[in-house]
Amino acid sequence: MTKKLFKIFYFLFFLNLILFGNVNAETSKVDEISKNLRCLICQGQSVYDSNSEFALSVKTLISQKLAAGNSEDDIYNFLKSKYGDWIVYEPEINKFTFLLWLLPIFLFIFGGLLIVRKLFINRT
Amino acid sequence: MKIKISFIFIFLTLTFILLIFFKSLFENKNYIPKKTKKIENISIEEFYSGKNLKIKDFFENEKYIIINIWSSWCVPCRQEHQFIKNISEITNLKVIGLNYKDKKDNAQKFLDELGNPYDIILKDPKGTKSIFLGAYGVPETYVIDRELNILKKYIGPINSENEIEIKRLVE
Repeated sequence: MTKKLFKIFYFLFFLNLILFGNVNAETSKVDEISKNLRCLICQGQSVYDSNSEFALSVKTLISQKLAAGNSEDDIYNFLKSKYGDWIVYEPEINKFTFLLWLLPIFLFIFGGLLIVRKLFINRT
Repeated sequence: MKIKISFIFIFLTLTFILLIFFKSLFENKNYIPKKTKKIENISIEEFYSGKNLKIKDFFENEKYIIINIWSSWCVPCRQEHQFIKNISEITNLKVIGLNYKDKKDNAQKFLDELGNPYDIILKDPKGTKSIFLGAYGVPETYVIDRELNILKKYIGPINSENEIEIKRLVE
């Protein structure tokens, strides 16, 4: 008797996963995208973290756009066209931002050279 | 000689950093995208009937329309309401209100109390339509021409100076 009950329980459990697992997948996609977006009216928060009206609207819009079949990049591009590049955390590499990407690498190499010089060349 | 070069190097880096600090100190903190942009001809629900209306259809004879995003729960909207009213008195200009994340009853009470300056009222219960306008919240005011270019965008309540500016722009 109990075995039968367990079987029914398991069946219902997996049925539930199959039917409603998808819903969770969609909301987590919204989370994933909104974590990469800056909440423009908040101080140092992502859209995901914030509960401001602006962030809530953006999250609703993301889920609407996903339901309409838009891809992740479509959504980023749409929001960038409305609010500028500032809304995404990771800036693209273009003629205005290349210094931003290259300067740390140059500084890293420069610092490494200084250390190498200090350690190996001065000693000899 | 060696010391001199490193001294100059440090001095230059420090001045560079200080320059950036001072520049950013005096810069406007509100981020406003530089490009003037077009809005899409999206359809938005009308406040009373719930019918879908397209933005381009609001233009009849007028060259410009004003879109004002407002809400009954928004306190600065009360401040700016008088100025919106003044603007609505300009002939040949449509003032369109976009009711942002509001309850219909409260919005109606707001209009009964303060007066209704809008030619058309639209509603945005989820706040998603205002994202198409590039809005940050309430209140916000847009001056839009026939080609749906945003000529002017005011973030926050408008004041008497803005009112004069808008009047000059549309006349």
